Amino acid sequence: MAAAADSAAVAPVEIPRPPDRYRTFTAFVSWAAPASLIVIVAVLIQQAWPSVTRFGLGFFISTEWNPVTNAFGALPFIFGTLVTSAIALVLAVPVGVAVAVLLAEPGAQGIRGAIGTGIELLAAIPSVVYGIWALYVLAPWALLHIETPITDHLASVPFLGGVPRQTSLFTASLVLAVMILPTLSAVSRDVIRAVPRGLRESSVALGSTWWETTWHVILPAARAGIIGATVLALGRALAETVAVAMVIGNRPEIPHSVFSPGYTLAAVIANEFAEATGDIYQGALVEIGLVLILVTLTVNLLALLLVHSARARALV
Amino acid sequence: MRHIVMRRFSNTFAQGVMYALTVLALVPLALVLWFTASNGLPAVSHVEFFLNSQRPTGIPGGGVANAIVGTAIIVGIASLAAIPVGVLSGIYLAEYGAGRWASWVRLASDVLVGAPSIALGLFAYALVVVPQHHFSGISASVALAILMLPVVVRTTESAVGLIPNGLRESGLALGLPRWRVSLQLILPAAAPGVITGALLAVARAAGETAPVLFTAFGNQFLTFDPNRFMSTLPLVVFRDALTPYKDLQQEAWGAALVLVIMVLVINLGSRWVLRRQIRLARQL
Repeated sequence: MAAAADSAAVAPVEIPRPPDRYRTFTAFVSWAAPASLIVIVAVLIQQAWPSVTRFGLGFFISTEWNPVTNAFGALPFIFGTLVTSAIALVLAVPVGVAVAVLLAEPGAQGIRGAIGTGIELLAAIPSVVYGIWALYVLAPWALLHIETPITDHLASVPFLGGVPRQTSLFTASLVLAVMILPTLSAVSRDVIRAVPRGLRESSVALGSTWWETTWHVILPAARAGIIGATVLALGRALAETVAVAMVIGNRPEIPHSVFSPGYTLAAVIANEFAEATGDIYQGALVEIGLVLILVTLTVNLLALLLVHSARARALV
Repeated sequence: MRHIVMRRFSNTFAQGVMYALTVLALVPLALVLWFTASNGLPAVSHVEFFLNSQRPTGIPGGGVANAIVGTAIIVGIASLAAIPVGVLSGIYLAEYGAGRWASWVRLASDVLVGAPSIALGLFAYALVVVPQHHFSGISASVALAILMLPVVVRTTESAVGLIPNGLRESGLALGLPRWRVSLQLILPAAAPGVITGALLAVARAAGETAPVLFTAFGNQFLTFDPNRFMSTLPLVVFRDALTPYKDLQQEAWGAALVLVIMVLVINLGSRWVLRRQIRLARQL
Protein backbone atom coordinates (compact mmCIF):
# COMPACT_ATOMS: atom_id res chain seq x y z
CA MET A 1 0.00 0.00 0.00
CA ALA A 2 2.68 2.42 1.11
CA ALA A 3 5.02 1.31 -1.66
CA ALA A 4 2.34 1.85 -4.24
CA ALA A 5 1.71 5.35 -2.95
CA ASP A 6 5.46 6.08 -3.13
CA SER A 7 5.88 5.00 -6.67
CA ALA A 8 2.77 6.95 -7.66
CA ALA A 9 4.35 10.03 -6.17
CA VAL A 10 7.64 9.49 -8.03
CA ALA A 11 6.27 8.57 -11.45
CA PRO A 12 5.19 11.52 -13.62
CA VAL A 13 1.46 12.03 -13.75
CA GLU A 14 0.01 10.16 -16.72
CA ILE A 15 -2.46 12.30 -18.64
CA PRO A 16 -4.83 9.95 -20.39
CA ARG A 17 -4.55 10.70 -24.09
CA PRO A 18 -7.20 9.57 -26.53
CA PRO A 19 -5.78 7.41 -29.31
CA ASP A 20 -5.11 9.42 -32.48
CA ARG A 21 -7.72 7.67 -34.61
CA TYR A 22 -7.26 10.21 -37.40
CA ARG A 23 -3.63 9.17 -37.74
CA THR A 24 -4.58 5.49 -37.79
CA PHE A 25 -7.24 6.15 -40.42
CA THR A 26 -5.09 8.22 -42.79
CA ALA A 27 -2.21 5.77 -42.35
CA PHE A 28 -4.58 2.98 -43.34
CA VAL A 29 -5.78 4.89 -46.42
CA SER A 30 -2.19 5.56 -47.44
CA TRP A 31 -1.81 1.81 -47.92
CA ALA A 32 -3.57 2.32 -51.25
CA ALA A 33 -0.50 3.23 -53.31
CA PRO A 34 1.93 0.52 -52.07
CA ALA A 35 -0.85 -2.08 -51.98
CA SER A 36 -1.96 -1.42 -55.56
CA LEU A 37 1.65 -1.71 -56.71
CA ILE A 38 1.97 -5.15 -55.11
CA VAL A 39 -1.47 -6.33 -56.28
CA ILE A 40 -0.77 -5.24 -59.87
CA VAL A 41 2.45 -7.24 -60.05
CA ALA A 42 0.80 -10.25 -58.37
CA VAL A 43 -2.18 -10.24 -60.75
CA LEU A 44 0.05 -9.90 -63.80
CA ILE A 45 2.23 -12.81 -62.65
CA GLN A 46 -0.88 -14.95 -62.17
CA GLN A 47 -2.25 -14.01 -65.62
CA ALA A 48 1.08 -14.56 -67.35
CA TRP A 49 1.59 -17.98 -65.72
CA PRO A 50 0.40 -20.15 -68.67
CA SER A 51 2.96 -18.49 -70.91
CA VAL A 52 5.73 -18.46 -68.28
CA THR A 53 5.46 -22.21 -67.66
CA ARG A 54 5.14 -23.07 -71.33
CA PHE A 55 7.97 -21.02 -72.83
CA GLY A 56 10.29 -20.54 -69.87
CA LEU A 57 13.41 -18.53 -70.63
CA GLY A 58 13.08 -19.34 -74.33
CA PHE A 59 10.43 -16.61 -74.40
CA PHE A 60 13.18 -14.00 -74.30
CA ILE A 61 15.43 -15.44 -77.02
CA SER A 62 12.91 -16.70 -79.56
CA THR A 63 12.17 -14.44 -82.51
CA GLU A 64 9.06 -16.26 -83.67
CA TRP A 65 5.71 -14.60 -83.00
CA ASN A 66 2.95 -16.69 -84.49
CA PRO A 67 -0.52 -16.74 -82.89
CA VAL A 68 -1.68 -19.44 -85.32
CA THR A 69 0.85 -22.01 -84.11
CA ASN A 70 0.92 -20.63 -80.56
CA ALA A 71 4.65 -19.92 -80.85
CA PHE A 72 5.61 -16.81 -78.96
CA GLY A 73 9.02 -15.21 -78.50
CA ALA A 74 9.58 -11.65 -77.31
CA LEU A 75 13.04 -10.92 -78.73
CA PRO A 76 11.87 -8.67 -81.63
CA PHE A 77 9.90 -6.53 -79.17
CA ILE A 78 12.75 -6.36 -76.67
CA PHE A 79 15.08 -5.36 -79.52
CA GLY A 80 12.70 -2.67 -80.77
CA THR A 81 12.12 -1.24 -77.30
CA LEU A 82 15.84 -1.07 -76.49
CA VAL A 83 16.85 0.42 -79.86
CA THR A 84 14.15 3.11 -79.94
CA SER A 85 14.81 4.10 -76.31
CA ALA A 86 18.56 4.25 -76.89
CA ILE A 87 18.26 6.44 -80.01
CA ALA A 88 15.75 8.66 -78.22
CA LEU A 89 18.15 9.14 -75.31
CA VAL A 90 21.07 9.98 -77.61
CA LEU A 91 18.93 12.61 -79.34
CA ALA A 92 17.28 14.04 -76.23
CA VAL A 93 20.05 14.13 -73.60
CA PRO A 94 22.16 16.98 -75.10
CA VAL A 95 19.06 19.10 -75.71
CA GLY A 96 17.57 18.33 -72.31
CA VAL A 97 20.77 19.16 -70.43
CA ALA A 98 21.21 22.41 -72.39
CA VAL A 99 17.67 23.46 -71.46
CA ALA A 100 18.31 22.49 -67.84
CA VAL A 101 21.53 24.51 -67.67
CA LEU A 102 19.80 27.62 -68.99
CA LEU A 103 16.75 27.19 -66.76
CA ALA A 104 18.88 26.62 -63.64
CA GLU A 105 20.84 29.87 -64.03
CA PRO A 106 20.48 32.02 -60.92
CA GLY A 107 18.89 35.42 -61.25
CA ALA A 108 15.74 36.91 -62.75
CA GLN A 109 13.40 34.50 -64.52
CA GLY A 110 11.77 36.56 -67.30
CA ILE A 111 12.09 34.73 -70.63
CA ARG A 112 13.33 31.60 -68.87
CA GLY A 113 10.02 31.32 -67.01
CA ALA A 114 8.27 31.18 -70.36
CA ILE A 115 10.69 28.51 -71.63
CA GLY A 116 10.06 26.46 -68.50
CA THR A 117 6.30 26.69 -69.02
CA GLY A 118 6.71 25.60 -72.62
CA ILE A 119 8.77 22.55 -71.65
CA GLU A 120 6.20 21.58 -69.02
CA LEU A 121 3.39 21.86 -71.56
CA LEU A 122 5.38 19.48 -73.74
CA ALA A 123 4.99 16.96 -70.91
CA ALA A 124 1.25 17.58 -70.59
CA ILE A 125 0.25 16.88 -74.20
CA PRO A 126 -1.40 13.42 -74.40
CA SER A 127 0.70 10.78 -76.12
CA VAL A 128 -2.02 10.01 -78.66
CA VAL A 129 -1.76 13.61 -79.90
CA TYR A 130 1.98 13.10 -80.41
CA GLY A 131 1.01 9.93 -82.21
CA ILE A 132 -1.31 11.52 -84.76
CA TRP A 133 1.14 14.40 -85.27
CA ALA A 134 4.02 12.03 -85.80
CA LEU A 135 2.02 9.87 -88.19
CA TYR A 136 0.84 12.67 -90.48
CA VAL A 137 3.50 15.39 -90.08
CA LEU A 138 6.74 14.12 -88.60
CA ALA A 139 7.01 10.76 -90.39
CA PRO A 140 6.66 12.09 -93.96
CA TRP A 141 9.07 14.94 -93.18
CA ALA A 142 11.64 12.63 -91.56
CA LEU A 143 11.46 10.23 -94.49
CA LEU A 144 12.21 12.99 -96.97
CA HIS A 145 14.81 15.02 -95.06
CA ILE A 146 16.54 12.58 -92.74
CA GLU A 147 16.00 8.95 -93.69
CA THR A 148 16.41 9.14 -97.46
CA PRO A 149 19.63 11.25 -97.43
CA ILE A 150 21.21 8.97 -94.82
CA THR A 151 20.32 5.73 -96.59
CA ASP A 152 21.55 7.22 -99.88
CA HIS A 153 24.96 8.20 -98.57
CA LEU A 154 25.63 5.70 -95.80
CA ALA A 155 24.05 2.59 -97.29
CA SER A 156 27.06 0.43 -96.43
CA VAL A 157 27.00 1.30 -92.72
CA PRO A 158 25.22 -1.43 -90.74
CA PHE A 159 21.74 -0.50 -89.48
CA LEU A 160 21.63 2.61 -91.70
CA GLY A 161 20.99 1.05 -95.10
CA GLY A 162 17.95 -0.51 -96.70
CA VAL A 163 14.83 1.07 -98.08
CA PRO A 164 13.67 3.86 -95.75
CA ARG A 165 10.05 3.80 -94.57
CA GLN A 166 7.81 6.41 -92.99
CA THR A 167 6.88 4.11 -90.15
CA SER A 168 10.17 2.92 -88.71
CA LEU A 169 12.22 2.46 -85.56
CA PHE A 170 13.82 5.83 -86.28
CA THR A 171 10.51 7.72 -86.50
CA ALA A 172 9.41 6.16 -83.22
CA SER A 173 12.73 7.23 -81.65
CA LEU A 174 12.18 10.82 -82.82
CA VAL A 175 8.75 10.97 -81.14
CA LEU A 176 10.14 9.36 -78.01
CA ALA A 177 12.96 11.92 -77.89
CA VAL A 178 10.40 14.74 -77.90
CA MET A 179 8.29 13.02 -75.25
CA ILE A 180 11.11 12.35 -72.77
CA LEU A 181 12.65 15.80 -73.13
CA PRO A 182 10.52 17.43 -70.37
CA THR A 183 11.43 14.72 -67.83
CA LEU A 184 15.10 15.09 -68.66
CA SER A 185 15.22 18.86 -68.47
CA ALA A 186 12.96 19.27 -65.41
CA VAL A 187 14.87 16.75 -63.26
CA SER A 188 18.29 17.93 -64.46
CA ARG A 189 17.30 21.52 -63.75
CA ASP A 190 16.41 20.66 -60.15
CA VAL A 191 19.68 18.81 -59.68
CA ILE A 192 21.74 21.63 -61.19
CA ARG A 193 19.93 24.13 -58.98
CA ALA A 194 20.91 22.06 -55.95
CA VAL A 195 24.62 22.53 -56.73
CA PRO A 196 25.92 24.82 -53.95
CA ARG A 197 26.07 28.44 -54.99
CA GLY A 198 29.54 28.75 -53.52
CA LEU A 199 30.96 26.43 -56.18
CA ARG A 200 29.68 28.63 -58.97
CA GLU A 201 30.80 31.81 -57.26
CA SER A 202 34.31 30.59 -56.48
CA SER A 203 34.75 29.49 -60.07
CA VAL A 204 33.66 32.89 -61.37
CA ALA A 205 35.86 34.61 -58.79
CA LEU A 206 38.86 32.68 -60.13
CA GLY A 207 38.21 34.25 -63.52
CA SER A 208 36.39 31.45 -65.33
CA THR A 209 34.03 32.31 -68.11
CA TRP A 210 30.38 31.23 -67.94
CA TRP A 211 31.07 28.24 -70.14
CA GLU A 212 34.14 27.14 -68.18
CA THR A 213 32.13 27.35 -64.95
CA THR A 214 29.31 25.34 -66.47
CA TRP A 215 31.47 22.69 -68.12
CA HIS A 216 34.20 22.20 -65.52
CA VAL A 217 32.32 22.94 -62.28
CA ILE A 218 28.52 22.82 -62.47
CA LEU A 219 28.00 19.81 -64.75
CA PRO A 220 30.57 17.56 -63.00
CA ALA A 221 29.01 18.46 -59.63
CA ALA A 222 25.56 17.55 -60.95
CA ARG A 223 26.69 14.47 -62.87
CA ALA A 224 25.06 11.82 -60.67
CA GLY A 225 21.76 13.68 -60.78
CA ILE A 226 21.89 14.14 -64.56
CA ILE A 227 22.53 10.40 -64.94
CA GLY A 228 19.51 9.87 -62.68
CA ALA A 229 17.41 12.13 -64.90
CA THR A 230 18.58 10.16 -67.95
CA VAL A 231 17.60 6.87 -66.33
CA LEU A 232 14.21 8.32 -65.38
CA ALA A 233 13.72 9.40 -69.00
CA LEU A 234 14.73 5.89 -70.10
CA GLY A 235 11.91 4.54 -67.92
CA ARG A 236 9.44 6.86 -69.68
CA ALA A 237 10.73 5.82 -73.10
CA LEU A 238 10.47 2.09 -72.33
CA ALA A 239 6.88 2.47 -71.12
CA GLU A 240 5.54 4.72 -73.88
CA THR A 241 2.83 2.92 -75.82
CA VAL A 242 0.40 4.66 -78.10
CA ALA A 243 2.55 7.23 -79.87
CA VAL A 244 5.08 4.50 -80.66
CA ALA A 245 2.41 2.03 -81.78
CA MET A 246 1.20 4.59 -84.34
CA VAL A 247 4.55 5.16 -86.08
CA ILE A 248 6.77 2.12 -85.59
CA GLY A 249 5.23 0.01 -88.33
CA ASN A 250 4.21 -2.92 -86.11
CA ARG A 251 6.25 -5.72 -87.66
CA PRO A 252 7.34 -8.49 -85.26
CA GLU A 253 10.83 -9.07 -86.61
CA ILE A 254 14.35 -7.80 -85.98
CA PRO A 255 14.97 -5.35 -88.83
CA HIS A 256 18.34 -4.87 -90.52
CA SER A 257 18.05 -1.08 -90.49
CA VAL A 258 16.74 1.53 -88.07
CA PHE A 259 14.77 2.94 -90.98
CA SER A 260 12.70 -0.24 -91.27
CA PRO A 261 9.49 -1.05 -89.38
CA GLY A 262 9.81 -2.79 -86.02
CA TYR A 263 7.80 -3.34 -82.88
CA THR A 264 8.05 -2.60 -79.15
CA LEU A 265 6.89 -4.43 -76.02
CA ALA A 266 4.21 -1.88 -75.16
CA ALA A 267 3.00 -1.49 -78.74
CA VAL A 268 2.36 -5.19 -79.29
CA ILE A 269 0.16 -5.33 -76.19
CA ALA A 270 -1.78 -2.29 -77.34
CA ASN A 271 -2.37 -3.69 -80.82
CA GLU A 272 -3.03 -7.35 -80.16
CA PHE A 273 -4.40 -7.83 -76.66
CA ALA A 274 -8.05 -7.01 -77.40
CA GLU A 275 -8.09 -9.60 -80.20
CA ALA A 276 -5.95 -12.22 -78.46
CA THR A 277 -7.77 -15.52 -77.98
CA GLY A 278 -6.74 -18.41 -75.78
CA ASP A 279 -4.77 -18.63 -72.56
CA ILE A 280 -1.38 -18.96 -74.23
CA TYR A 281 -1.71 -15.94 -76.54
CA GLN A 282 -3.14 -13.70 -73.80
CA GLY A 283 -0.61 -15.10 -71.32
CA ALA A 284 2.26 -14.27 -73.67
CA LEU A 285 1.04 -10.67 -74.02
CA VAL A 286 0.58 -10.33 -70.25
CA GLU A 287 4.07 -11.74 -69.75
CA ILE A 288 5.35 -8.97 -72.01
CA GLY A 289 3.43 -6.50 -69.83
CA LEU A 290 4.95 -8.08 -66.73
CA VAL A 291 8.47 -7.75 -68.14
CA LEU A 292 7.71 -4.15 -69.05
CA ILE A 293 6.41 -3.17 -65.61
CA LEU A 294 9.21 -4.97 -63.72
CA VAL A 295 11.89 -3.36 -65.90
CA THR A 296 10.40 0.15 -65.67
CA LEU A 297 9.88 -0.14 -61.90
CA THR A 298 13.51 -1.19 -61.45
CA VAL A 299 14.74 1.57 -63.74
CA ASN A 300 12.63 4.18 -61.94
CA LEU A 301 13.80 2.99 -58.53
CA LEU A 302 17.41 3.27 -59.66
CA ALA A 303 16.79 6.75 -61.06
CA LEU A 304 15.09 7.95 -57.87
CA LEU A 305 18.00 6.69 -55.77
CA LEU A 306 20.50 8.49 -58.05
CA VAL A 307 18.57 11.76 -58.01
CA HIS A 308 17.96 11.67 -54.24
CA SER A 309 21.57 10.89 -53.42
CA ALA A 310 22.75 13.62 -55.80
CA ARG A 311 20.48 16.18 -54.15
CA ALA A 312 21.38 15.06 -50.64
CA ARG A 313 25.09 15.27 -51.42
CA ALA A 314 24.69 18.72 -52.97
CA LEU A 315 22.91 20.01 -49.87
CA VAL A 316 25.60 18.83 -47.43
CA MET B 1 46.12 37.73 -75.24
CA ARG B 2 45.18 35.25 -77.92
CA HIS B 3 44.34 32.82 -75.20
CA ILE B 4 41.77 35.21 -73.76
CA VAL B 5 40.26 35.81 -77.19
CA MET B 6 39.90 32.07 -77.66
CA ARG B 7 38.26 31.63 -74.27
CA ARG B 8 35.88 34.44 -74.93
CA PHE B 9 35.04 33.04 -78.32
CA SER B 10 34.40 29.53 -77.01
CA ASN B 11 32.25 31.02 -74.25
CA THR B 12 30.08 32.92 -76.72
CA PHE B 13 29.97 29.94 -79.04
CA ALA B 14 28.88 27.56 -76.26
CA GLN B 15 26.24 30.02 -75.09
CA GLY B 16 24.91 30.23 -78.63
CA VAL B 17 24.74 26.44 -78.89
CA MET B 18 22.88 26.21 -75.57
CA TYR B 19 20.29 28.75 -76.66
CA ALA B 20 19.93 27.09 -80.06
CA LEU B 21 19.31 23.70 -78.42
CA THR B 22 16.71 25.27 -76.12
CA VAL B 23 14.88 26.79 -79.06
CA LEU B 24 15.10 23.40 -80.76
CA ALA B 25 13.41 21.87 -77.71
CA LEU B 26 10.46 24.21 -78.09
CA VAL B 27 10.02 23.64 -81.83
CA PRO B 28 8.06 20.35 -81.40
CA LEU B 29 5.63 22.07 -79.01
CA ALA B 30 4.93 24.80 -81.55
CA LEU B 31 4.58 22.26 -84.37
CA VAL B 32 2.22 19.98 -82.44
CA LEU B 33 0.03 22.90 -81.39
CA TRP B 34 0.01 24.40 -84.89
CA PHE B 35 -0.82 21.22 -86.79
CA THR B 36 -3.43 20.10 -84.26
CA ALA B 37 -5.12 23.49 -84.44
CA SER B 38 -5.00 23.84 -88.22
CA ASN B 39 -6.10 20.26 -88.91
CA GLY B 40 -8.62 20.08 -86.09
CA LEU B 41 -10.39 23.41 -86.54
CA PRO B 42 -12.40 22.42 -89.65
CA ALA B 43 -13.88 19.50 -87.67
CA VAL B 44 -14.47 21.40 -84.47
CA SER B 45 -16.13 24.37 -86.18
CA HIS B 46 -19.33 22.35 -86.78
CA VAL B 47 -21.71 22.20 -83.81
CA GLU B 48 -22.65 18.63 -84.77
CA PHE B 49 -19.13 17.59 -83.79
CA PHE B 50 -20.11 18.02 -80.16
CA LEU B 51 -23.76 16.92 -80.46
CA ASN B 52 -23.71 13.79 -82.64
CA SER B 53 -22.15 10.41 -82.08
CA GLN B 54 -19.56 8.84 -84.38
CA ARG B 55 -20.80 7.75 -87.80
CA PRO B 56 -19.26 5.38 -90.33
CA THR B 57 -17.14 6.90 -93.06
CA GLY B 58 -19.03 8.57 -95.88
CA ILE B 59 -22.00 9.60 -93.74
CA PRO B 60 -21.78 13.33 -92.96
CA GLY B 61 -22.66 14.86 -89.60
CA GLY B 62 -20.59 12.57 -87.41
CA GLY B 63 -19.33 13.84 -84.08
CA VAL B 64 -17.67 12.73 -80.90
CA ALA B 65 -20.48 13.24 -78.36
CA ASN B 66 -20.25 9.55 -77.40
CA ALA B 67 -16.54 9.93 -76.69
CA ILE B 68 -16.96 13.16 -74.73
CA VAL B 69 -19.66 11.57 -72.54
CA GLY B 70 -17.55 8.42 -72.17
CA THR B 71 -14.44 10.36 -71.17
CA ALA B 72 -16.42 12.39 -68.63
CA ILE B 73 -18.08 9.35 -67.02
CA ILE B 74 -14.97 7.14 -66.96
CA VAL B 75 -12.69 9.86 -65.62
CA GLY B 76 -15.43 11.03 -63.22
CA ILE B 77 -15.73 7.59 -61.62
CA ALA B 78 -11.93 7.26 -61.48
CA SER B 79 -11.73 10.66 -59.77
CA LEU B 80 -14.36 9.68 -57.18
CA ALA B 81 -12.11 6.80 -56.17
CA ALA B 82 -8.64 8.31 -56.59
CA ILE B 83 -9.06 11.86 -55.28
CA PRO B 84 -10.39 11.16 -51.73
CA VAL B 85 -7.91 8.33 -51.20
CA GLY B 86 -5.07 10.36 -52.68
CA VAL B 87 -5.87 13.48 -50.65
CA LEU B 88 -6.07 11.53 -47.38
CA SER B 89 -2.80 9.73 -48.16
CA GLY B 90 -1.17 13.06 -49.00
CA ILE B 91 -2.42 14.55 -45.73
CA TYR B 92 -0.97 11.57 -43.85
CA LEU B 93 2.41 12.10 -45.54
CA ALA B 94 2.41 15.83 -44.77
CA GLU B 95 1.15 15.58 -41.17
CA TYR B 96 2.77 12.38 -39.93
CA GLY B 97 5.31 11.83 -42.67
CA ALA B 98 8.51 11.34 -40.67
CA GLY B 99 8.37 7.59 -40.09
CA ARG B 100 9.52 4.65 -42.11
CA TRP B 101 6.03 3.71 -43.31
CA ALA B 102 5.59 7.19 -44.79
CA SER B 103 8.82 6.89 -46.75
CA TRP B 104 7.59 3.56 -48.16
CA VAL B 105 4.35 5.25 -49.26
CA ARG B 106 6.35 8.05 -50.87
CA LEU B 107 8.60 5.61 -52.68
CA ALA B 108 5.64 3.53 -53.87
CA SER B 109 3.89 6.64 -55.18
CA ASP B 110 6.98 7.86 -57.01
CA VAL B 111 7.50 4.45 -58.58
CA LEU B 112 3.81 4.07 -59.44
CA VAL B 113 3.91 7.38 -61.37
CA GLY B 114 6.35 5.75 -63.77
CA ALA B 115 4.48 2.46 -64.13
CA PRO B 116 3.60 1.78 -67.77
CA SER B 117 -0.03 2.74 -68.30
CA ILE B 118 -0.55 -0.22 -70.62
CA ALA B 119 0.25 -2.54 -67.69
CA LEU B 120 -2.46 -0.81 -65.66
CA GLY B 121 -4.84 -1.63 -68.51
CA LEU B 122 -3.80 -5.30 -68.37
CA PHE B 123 -4.39 -5.25 -64.61
CA ALA B 124 -7.88 -3.75 -64.91
CA TYR B 125 -8.68 -6.26 -67.65
CA ALA B 126 -7.75 -9.18 -65.38
CA LEU B 127 -9.51 -7.68 -62.38
CA VAL B 128 -12.80 -6.46 -63.88
CA VAL B 129 -13.25 -7.47 -67.52
CA VAL B 130 -12.44 -11.18 -67.08
CA PRO B 131 -14.89 -11.81 -64.19
CA GLN B 132 -17.59 -9.72 -65.91
CA HIS B 133 -17.02 -11.34 -69.31
CA HIS B 134 -17.40 -8.01 -71.14
CA PHE B 135 -15.59 -4.71 -71.63
CA SER B 136 -16.96 -1.80 -69.61
CA GLY B 137 -16.41 1.85 -68.77
CA ILE B 138 -16.01 0.95 -65.11
CA SER B 139 -12.98 -1.24 -65.81
CA ALA B 140 -11.31 1.71 -67.53
CA SER B 141 -12.07 3.78 -64.43
CA VAL B 142 -10.18 1.23 -62.30
CA ALA B 143 -7.07 1.57 -64.47
CA LEU B 144 -7.27 5.38 -64.57
CA ALA B 145 -7.85 5.63 -60.80
CA ILE B 146 -4.53 3.85 -60.17
CA LEU B 147 -2.91 6.17 -62.70
CA MET B 148 -4.26 9.26 -60.92
CA LEU B 149 -3.60 8.15 -57.34
CA PRO B 150 0.16 8.84 -57.04
CA VAL B 151 -0.18 12.25 -58.71
CA VAL B 152 -2.87 13.31 -56.22
CA VAL B 153 -0.86 11.91 -53.27
CA ARG B 154 2.30 13.85 -54.05
CA THR B 155 0.64 17.16 -55.03
CA THR B 156 -1.52 17.06 -51.88
CA GLU B 157 1.52 16.40 -49.74
CA SER B 158 3.40 19.38 -51.14
CA ALA B 159 0.33 21.66 -50.98
CA VAL B 160 -0.37 20.79 -47.33
CA GLY B 161 3.33 21.08 -46.55
CA LEU B 162 3.27 24.70 -47.75
CA ILE B 163 0.84 25.71 -44.99
CA PRO B 164 2.80 27.35 -42.15
CA ASN B 165 2.94 25.43 -38.87
CA GLY B 166 1.49 28.40 -36.96
CA LEU B 167 -1.97 27.67 -38.33
CA ARG B 168 -1.77 24.07 -37.14
CA GLU B 169 -0.47 25.09 -33.72
CA SER B 170 -3.11 27.76 -33.19
CA GLY B 171 -5.82 25.22 -33.98
CA LEU B 172 -4.36 22.70 -31.56
CA ALA B 173 -3.90 25.40 -28.90
CA LEU B 174 -7.62 26.12 -29.11
CA GLY B 175 -8.22 22.49 -28.20
CA LEU B 176 -9.38 21.22 -31.59
CA PRO B 177 -8.73 17.53 -32.23
CA ARG B 178 -6.16 16.68 -34.90
CA TRP B 179 -8.73 15.62 -37.48
CA ARG B 180 -10.61 18.92 -37.22
CA VAL B 181 -7.38 20.92 -37.45
CA SER B 182 -6.37 18.89 -40.47
CA LEU B 183 -9.68 18.80 -42.35
CA GLN B 184 -11.24 22.12 -41.32
CA LEU B 185 -8.21 24.39 -41.02
CA ILE B 186 -5.28 23.03 -43.01
CA LEU B 187 -7.11 21.46 -45.94
CA PRO B 188 -9.19 24.58 -46.79
CA ALA B 189 -6.03 26.68 -46.60
CA ALA B 190 -4.27 24.26 -48.94
CA ALA B 191 -7.34 23.82 -51.16
CA PRO B 192 -6.07 25.66 -54.27
CA GLY B 193 -2.95 23.49 -54.40
CA VAL B 194 -4.88 20.29 -53.71
CA ILE B 195 -7.54 21.09 -56.33
CA THR B 196 -5.02 21.96 -59.02
CA GLY B 197 -3.15 18.73 -58.28
CA ALA B 198 -6.37 16.80 -58.68
CA LEU B 199 -7.15 18.67 -61.91
CA LEU B 200 -3.71 17.84 -63.32
CA ALA B 201 -4.37 14.19 -62.52
CA VAL B 202 -7.76 14.44 -64.25
CA ALA B 203 -6.13 15.97 -67.33
CA ARG B 204 -3.53 13.21 -67.43
CA ALA B 205 -6.16 10.48 -67.05
CA ALA B 206 -8.45 11.99 -69.70
CA GLY B 207 -5.60 11.98 -72.22
CA GLU B 208 -4.55 8.36 -71.67
CA THR B 209 -5.17 5.85 -74.42
CA ALA B 210 -3.28 2.71 -73.44
CA PRO B 211 -5.25 1.81 -70.28
CA VAL B 212 -8.66 2.18 -72.00
CA LEU B 213 -7.85 0.20 -75.17
CA PHE B 214 -9.04 -3.15 -73.81
CA THR B 215 -11.07 -2.00 -70.83
CA ALA B 216 -13.57 0.55 -72.21
CA PHE B 217 -12.78 -0.76 -75.71
CA GLY B 218 -14.74 1.92 -77.59
CA ASN B 219 -18.33 2.29 -78.71
CA GLN B 220 -19.83 4.02 -81.74
CA PHE B 221 -23.03 4.78 -79.87
CA LEU B 222 -23.84 7.21 -77.10
CA THR B 223 -24.24 5.50 -73.74
CA PHE B 224 -24.44 6.74 -70.16
CA ASP B 225 -24.13 3.28 -68.63
CA PRO B 226 -20.59 2.69 -67.29
CA ASN B 227 -21.28 -1.04 -67.23
CA ARG B 228 -21.16 -1.16 -71.04
CA PHE B 229 -18.59 -0.56 -73.77
CA MET B 230 -17.66 3.12 -73.89
CA SER B 231 -15.58 5.39 -76.07
CA THR B 232 -13.17 8.10 -74.99
CA LEU B 233 -11.58 10.98 -76.90
CA PRO B 234 -8.08 9.43 -77.04
CA LEU B 235 -9.62 6.20 -78.37
CA VAL B 236 -11.29 8.16 -81.18
CA VAL B 237 -7.98 9.78 -82.08
CA PHE B 238 -6.11 6.46 -82.01
CA ARG B 239 -8.61 4.41 -84.00
CA ASP B 240 -9.70 7.08 -86.53
CA ALA B 241 -6.17 8.31 -87.24
CA LEU B 242 -5.16 4.84 -88.40
CA THR B 243 -8.06 4.49 -90.87
CA PRO B 244 -7.51 5.36 -94.54
CA TYR B 245 -10.65 7.55 -94.68
CA LYS B 246 -10.26 11.32 -94.93
CA ASP B 247 -13.44 12.15 -92.98
CA LEU B 248 -12.49 9.88 -90.07
CA GLN B 249 -8.95 11.31 -90.02
CA GLN B 250 -10.55 14.73 -89.84
CA GLU B 251 -12.60 13.56 -86.87
CA ALA B 252 -9.40 12.28 -85.20
CA TRP B 253 -7.71 15.69 -85.57
CA GLY B 254 -10.82 17.36 -84.13
CA ALA B 255 -10.81 15.07 -81.10
CA ALA B 256 -7.07 15.69 -80.68
CA LEU B 257 -7.69 19.45 -80.70
CA VAL B 258 -10.36 19.10 -78.00
CA LEU B 259 -7.88 17.11 -75.87
CA VAL B 260 -5.08 19.63 -76.38
CA ILE B 261 -7.30 22.57 -75.47
CA MET B 262 -8.47 20.80 -72.30
CA VAL B 263 -4.88 20.01 -71.29
CA LEU B 264 -3.64 23.55 -72.01
CA VAL B 265 -6.44 25.21 -70.06
CA ILE B 266 -5.97 22.97 -67.01
CA ASN B 267 -2.17 23.27 -67.01
CA LEU B 268 -1.89 27.01 -67.57
CA GLY B 269 -4.74 27.68 -65.12
CA SER B 270 -3.20 25.52 -62.42
CA ARG B 271 0.21 27.16 -62.83
CA TRP B 272 -1.40 30.53 -62.28
CA VAL B 273 -3.31 29.38 -59.19
CA LEU B 274 -0.26 27.63 -57.72
CA ARG B 275 1.95 30.68 -58.13
CA ARG B 276 -0.66 32.77 -56.35
CA GLN B 277 -0.91 30.16 -53.59
CA ILE B 278 2.84 30.14 -53.01
CA ARG B 279 2.87 33.94 -52.85
CA LEU B 280 0.01 33.96 -50.32
CA ALA B 281 1.68 31.26 -48.21
CA ARG B 282 4.84 33.38 -48.05
CA GLN B 283 2.83 36.34 -46.74
CA LEU B 284 1.36 34.30 -43.85
